[in-house]
Amino acid sequence: MSPEIMQLIAWSTLDTLTMVALSGAFGTLLGLPLGIFLATSRAGELFPTPAANRILGLVVNATRSTPFIILVVAIVPLTRLIVGTSIGTRAAVVPLTIAATPFIARVVEAAIREVDQGLVEAARAFGASPLQIVQKVLLPEALPAVTLALTLTLVSLLGYSAMVGAVGGGGLGDLGIRYGYQRFMPDVMAVVVIVLIVLVQGVQTLGEWIARRFDKRSRKA
Amino acid sequence: MNAPLPKPAGAPVPSADPRPAPIIAFDGVSKVFPARGGSAEVVAVDSIDLVVPEGAIVGVIGRSGAGKSTLIRLVNGLEQATSGRVQVNGTEIGALDERGLRQMRRSIGMIFQHFNLLSSRTAFDNIALPLEIAGYSRSAIAGIVAPLLDMVGLADKRDRYPSELSGGQKQRVGIARALATKPKVLLSDEATSALDPETTGQILSLLKQINSELNLTILFITHEMSVVKKLADQVAVMERGRIVEQGATSELFSSPRHDTTRKFVGSVTSAEVPDWLLARLSQDYRIGKKAVLRITFTGGAAEYPVLSHIARAYGVDVNILHGQIETIADRPFGTLIISVASGPDHLAPIIEQLTAGRNHVEHLGYVA
Repeated sequence: MSPEIMQLIAWSTLDTLTMVALSGAFGTLLGLPLGIFLATSRAGELFPTPAANRILGLVVNATRSTPFIILVVAIVPLTRLIVGTSIGTRAAVVPLTIAATPFIARVVEAAIREVDQGLVEAARAFGASPLQIVQKVLLPEALPAVTLALTLTLVSLLGYSAMVGAVGGGGLGDLGIRYGYQRFMPDVMAVVVIVLIVLVQGVQTLGEWIARRFDKRSRKA
Repeated sequence: MNAPLPKPAGAPVPSADPRPAPIIAFDGVSKVFPARGGSAEVVAVDSIDLVVPEGAIVGVIGRSGAGKSTLIRLVNGLEQATSGRVQVNGTEIGALDERGLRQMRRSIGMIFQHFNLLSSRTAFDNIALPLEIAGYSRSAIAGIVAPLLDMVGLADKRDRYPSELSGGQKQRVGIARALATKPKVLLSDEATSALDPETTGQILSLLKQINSELNLTILFITHEMSVVKKLADQVAVMERGRIVEQGATSELFSSPRHDTTRKFVGSVTSAEVPDWLLARLSQDYRIGKKAVLRITFTGGAAEYPVLSHIARAYGVDVNILHGQIETIADRPFGTLIISVASGPDHLAPIIEQLTAGRNHVEHLGYVA
């Protein structure tokens, strides 16, 4: 492989990492509160607003069931509005974030629903407000599960980011398609796949390590 | 500083009320869970009147589904009464808004069957939780939590997580946490039901100690009569949402009136007639048979030597067939089943003698 190609791979890796990191961060920023709300807003829960819960649930489901590649094309006007262009790595962050947000919301919701209701009852018995219960009970107790959920999201985003090449987003997926597939360079394709495998392994291992650090449940007396 | 004014001579002295003021009062309280989906409406608590005097330990016993969990949750507003009034320290719980209710809950501690400790917090930080919620500063919290850890005997476990503690230790953390905001009332929701008998004994001793040292009123629910026996001054027996019997613990043990109460009492005192005796017992008297009597002693009467007394006074042989003496609510209490070598003619004065005082005597029949 020529040094030019090597450099291209390095840049593409950086592009992929940038897209995943940014969309992961924005997705968490939006998805975490959304997930908390979904987990606490049914009738009889901390913030009982069943109508809002149902509507947001529908929106989340609709977004999640839209194939990503269609989502990317469909929201081009929105992308242009936000970043000024619909082409390139920065533009790819918008559809990635929109795909990541409902995903994160659902996994966070599941993590929070796993928290023992007895703890919520205890906190209420001590005079905690609903916000205090979220802040001092639900989030800390759900943190290990939330961390694993975010890890899962990042891994999915690595996969999604390969598709944004179709609309001119950069990254490893784009490189693999253009050089490995369209220009018949199997060695480039092989390197791209290997780098992706290494990235997924790295993210997964790091996520699990952090989740274990947060998890105080399995320590033995 | 002003010196306190001397009381004017002849001022009326307020007469001492023999009964302490109630700190918790249920007044015709019902809780109905409306019908939902396929399930019918449930009357969990049905027109209950119950008074918990300040400083007392009151137990509510019932089988699962009797409504005792709902009852105890009405006290701190985790459930709201459908009708009737629940008052704590003179304040009606149902009349409080959310903010008032949260404020009120800080004066009512609660402990739970499954401890409900945060797995992400150490023993120290779990105890600190109610104080953080109430907005105490970090330094104030440290000053409160350390003595509490000492009191429950866990000073060396302050930085341990719940997963590193035994069940009994977890409940001690639970108790310390419940006491952090210096409540006047402690609610105990089956606090020892997940613990082994020995640990249960230790936790009950701790609760008694807290009750007497801090003059903390305790209302607890349980399905185990042995817990009532060790802890309660007063008991209420619940069945299908209603209180079927209530009174001082020793009274309830010595003369249970309701069937459910009798079953609960029987579960710890084994005052039932043993099978071998039951098989030989008959209601017909023939010469040479002995009368079988069951004597239930309450309170001080257990110390009086009734048996040797009737043996001497009537010249009859007295034989103990079965018996158990217990200490309940700090008073000796017991059941004896005896045989007396006496026919029906002489039995009446003997029973009268044995009944003297507060004993309860039943003539069960005769054995050869």
